[in-house]
Amino acid sequence: MTLPATPAQTIGPFHGTALPFPGGADLAPAGHPQTVTVHGRVLDGDGAPVPDALLEFWQAAPDGSLTGAPGSLRRDGGVFTGFARVPTGGDGRYALRTLVPGGAPYLALCLMVPGLVRHLFTRVYFRFPEGDPLLAALPPDRRATLLAAPEPGPHRSYRFDVRLRGTAETVFLRFGPARP
Amino acid sequence: MALSEASEKSWDEPADRAAAGPLSSRKRPLAPPYVGRIARRPQQPPVPLSLAPGAVELTGPVFGTADVSPSDADLTRQHGGEPLGERITVGGRVLDGRGRPVRGQLVELWQANAAGRYRNRLDRHAAPLDPNFTGAGRALTDDEGRYRFTTVRPGAYPFPSAVHPNAWRPPHLHFSVFGSAFTQRLVTQMYFPGDPLLPYDPIWNSVPDARARERLVAVYDPELNEPEWSLGYRWDIVLDGPDATWTEEGR
Repeated sequence: MTLPATPAQTIGPFHGTALPFPGGADLAPAGHPQTVTVHGRVLDGDGAPVPDALLEFWQAAPDGSLTGAPGSLRRDGGVFTGFARVPTGGDGRYALRTLVPGGAPYLALCLMVPGLVRHLFTRVYFRFPEGDPLLAALPPDRRATLLAAPEPGPHRSYRFDVRLRGTAETVFLRFGPARP
Repeated sequence: MALSEASEKSWDEPADRAAAGPLSSRKRPLAPPYVGRIARRPQQPPVPLSLAPGAVELTGPVFGTADVSPSDADLTRQHGGEPLGERITVGGRVLDGRGRPVRGQLVELWQANAAGRYRNRLDRHAAPLDPNFTGAGRALTDDEGRYRFTTVRPGAYPFPSAVHPNAWRPPHLHFSVFGSAFTQRLVTQMYFPGDPLLPYDPIWNSVPDARARERLVAVYDPELNEPEWSLGYRWDIVLDGPDATWTEEGR
């Protein structure tokens, strides 16, 4: 039996009072010494900031496990749930505080933007691993849009901008059937 | 102007594609479909990716009673008094493409109040706010994949733009749903049966396939009525497998 899927629709402009939750960006347990910050801007094809986007991150724990844990919506500050939800601010900026995943070194990112008829998927890589089939299939300039760039300084921070359109447009993904 | 964005005439730009798929005369679109804001729409096609077993996106976040209380699903009990409007119960099942229930997952809902106004600073529609209604709720699916909300039926509101100067949004509920895999993430909208505004709605018509559009419309289900309390609407949600997130957008 195959059921036809429910189609997606635009998130619309009024999600901001419903979906974001306190501590949504604080995926790393409070005060964790290995906390890293991933931050950047969401920009449109004119280079204008997108102030009303919602970013959702899903990732492995530092030990590589992908089981996740409940408690994202009411964080107790101690559990690594693997899930974060971060709205952009008026200048299109977002900031995520997390731990670098074990196993595959990337964050899965689902981006919801008013003015798009559906959501977008991409990945945020901390480094490019050898033999990654997605990265191998991309020309270098496109591949570069998926890398979170480490920033100089005492804080462990990475810069990751999302460009929805135009020059240096971020690579967005369409997931195909799982390989046997 | 109902929406600040609409006043900038940037909400919506001319359609650059025709609606596709077989259309019944009853549900033939009477308005060009919403195509969104061009400046935000990627030009490059999405890159196809076959996920290997163990890929991050084949798993997803988990939620539980730490995240959601049963009372979060009753939008009529979030303030000191009763909200205005027609009280409704909206329920159904969240299933995957094989008909299996999606268990223990998060379903989120947000909506306008009975007068067609969102409690959101971006909403400038000249309709009253309701001090007893926020318009946001959360629920977890049970072991059969069932969810259930109590709320009020939202009102219609104007949605003007350069392309659609006389557009009104039909009453609708926004839904956010998680599956067992991150690839199944879904954000969409639910509509009410028999609504004469539907064929004129650019957003509803942004789904090109008529049969797929119909899947966004709930059915009135007396079995879901709370006796002498609320009217019941049933709406089942089917999440994509990882093999159908984009190419079949028009379904």
